[in-house]
Amino acid sequence: MTHLLRSAWVIGRRDFAATVFSKAFIFFLIGPLFPVLLGAMFGGIGARVASRAEQPRVAVIASGSDFAKLSAARTQLGDALGDRPIVELVSVAPEGDIQAQVRDLLASPRHSVVAVLAHPFGEPQLTGAVDRDGTVAGQVRLLLGAARAPPPASLQVIPTARSSGSVDRSRAITSQTGQMILFFLTIILAGMTLSQLIEEKSNKVIEILAAAVPIESIFVGKLFAMLATSFVGIAVWLGVGIAAMAMFTHGAPGSIPLPAVGSAAFVLLTLVYFAMNYLLLGSVFLSIGAQASTVREVQTLSMPVTVAQVLIFGFAALAVGSPDSPLAIVGAVFPLSSPLVMVARAAEKPELWPHLVAIVWQALWIGIVVYVSARLFRRTVLKSGPVKRRWWRRAAI
Amino acid sequence: MLRQAGGHAGSGEWAVEARNLTKDFGDTRAVDGVTLGVPSGSIYGLLGPNGAGKTTTLRILLGIIDPSSGSRSVLGHERPLDAATEIGYLPEERGLYPAMHCRDAIAFMGALRGLSLGEGRRRADELLAEHGLGDWARKPIRTLSKGMAQTVQLLGTIIHRPRLLVLDEPFAGLDAINQVRLEELIRRQARSGATIIFSTHVIAHAERLCERIAIIAKGRVAFEGAVDEARAKLRPIVRLRTRTEDGPWRGAIPAGARREGSEWIFELPESGPEPLLKALIDGGAGIETLAIERPGLHDAFVAIAGDKAAAEMVEGPAQ
Repeated sequence: MTHLLRSAWVIGRRDFAATVFSKAFIFFLIGPLFPVLLGAMFGGIGARVASRAEQPRVAVIASGSDFAKLSAARTQLGDALGDRPIVELVSVAPEGDIQAQVRDLLASPRHSVVAVLAHPFGEPQLTGAVDRDGTVAGQVRLLLGAARAPPPASLQVIPTARSSGSVDRSRAITSQTGQMILFFLTIILAGMTLSQLIEEKSNKVIEILAAAVPIESIFVGKLFAMLATSFVGIAVWLGVGIAAMAMFTHGAPGSIPLPAVGSAAFVLLTLVYFAMNYLLLGSVFLSIGAQASTVREVQTLSMPVTVAQVLIFGFAALAVGSPDSPLAIVGAVFPLSSPLVMVARAAEKPELWPHLVAIVWQALWIGIVVYVSARLFRRTVLKSGPVKRRWWRRAAI
Repeated sequence: MLRQAGGHAGSGEWAVEARNLTKDFGDTRAVDGVTLGVPSGSIYGLLGPNGAGKTTTLRILLGIIDPSSGSRSVLGHERPLDAATEIGYLPEERGLYPAMHCRDAIAFMGALRGLSLGEGRRRADELLAEHGLGDWARKPIRTLSKGMAQTVQLLGTIIHRPRLLVLDEPFAGLDAINQVRLEELIRRQARSGATIIFSTHVIAHAERLCERIAIIAKGRVAFEGAVDEARAKLRPIVRLRTRTEDGPWRGAIPAGARREGSEWIFELPESGPEPLLKALIDGGAGIETLAIERPGLHDAFVAIAGDKAAAEMVEGPAQ
């Protein structure tokens, strides 16, 4: 056992140093910036396109005072609906023949309206490419109602910092964020571990390692080296994130939705569940790496595992918002989804004992998966040649 | 138990023993009943053409792979990894981390065998300087030439001063000068008390270095024993040149003799050199030259493993 651990330490120390002191690690550290930047960029463009596409324009043939009433009603409705799109109104002064004017407006590319509202305060008439009971017609009805009705009774609003509904919503966001971080980080790291193994196989270093130390040590060393590497990355990201929040939002870390188990416990549990999730998936990926001898083979073999992981992520996401539902309990028991479901639970429910049970349960499964994967790794890591051929040969036997 | 079964001498005399090792890969038997014994402190050669099963045998002896059947003992341990700190191994396919500095690569290989990193680095600096690579100690492996990288790997193999050194095709890819250096290094290690096993398909290296050899062909040991024993399997060769072309002396030449130019070449008859000489002189051969040569290892290899296996071997000093 001592020999195994000592050997794992030697392997892990080299892998850790080789990764952390490499140029690739800088890209790993700045990696999360790319999705954020891309998200912000495409999100902004998408929002603009969406607002244009979703905000239908309606021409209103009315006097200036009538249009002002409708416009005021639209502002009120807009405030109530928040970010939801609401019809845009365009004022058009009435001319002699209203019907002809309606036809001209609908045909005019300059105005580009979907419908024309005539006689808003008489017998209103909406003409255009809209459904009778559709959104545009519905919103126009609301606007007409609001513009015609007397002013509403004054409503006194007394804001409070939080309510049970607002906390639930915030915690659901926290749990979703926790799950996403866990999922993406695990996938990235498991992939990195796999690439290192393939590189070692192609460098032929693996035989030197296999001759000197138990194969299980190589397996465990590699697995924990990448875990340690990821903790360095997480520490850097957390530090930068907290500093950025403090800088741009005046001490905003305190305004992050508070997880149910408390911030410190949540961070600790997230780290533990991340480690559990990574060890489970990483050991599966390493076994895959042992079967393959080229990057192409790795891609072919790891595809089903990655797809399965995405499905598990989707399954675990269903538990967000309902941590005591049967689905969430099944997710917490199933080893591969357990870390993702439990991190969501930590954000939403304050009890700590389920986490202790889950961690023991997950540790047990990690032991089983690591043991089986290491055995498989031992059997196949020094074999070479295309995997398909071996399968075919086996089938032929 | 193993030693009794193998019939070899007592503990300490044999650094490595193998008994009836077999290894199957699917429906292919790569190693088929290999039995051998490597005396402590000797230089032992594993000879055979490519694909004969040498590398698989070495991997089994080192514990990298387990045999399908049979048993082995390395430095007194039935699990070779239990003796890992006393073994050095140079695989056929050389492997180093390209980004690692030379001294770190050597120290890392030492650390794998139980040496502390600090001590490993200290010894690495010494060894690199000793082998003319002192200036390269802090340069990455990827900047070295192939020969230099091979030297670095070899230094990593001996950094922890192993009692058993296993070298798989160590001369492959080396130029003539580095082959001579490597031969000297192997002799030096043997003089310091280490046991050396190396595989090769170049007979000349085995002939110059080894005390004992195993000839492997198609996964089986065709011969195992001292180099002289292998040679003794063949009769000495007689090369005769005479002044007369014909005469009664021709009756003294065996039926299988062949003529190469003006020279007769044949195996020395079992009766020995004296009756042959007498018959030649009495028969009026007029002996111009007569040489009795000991057969080389290559001749022995041909006799033991067959012409086809021998054709795949390299006879000369280099690849």
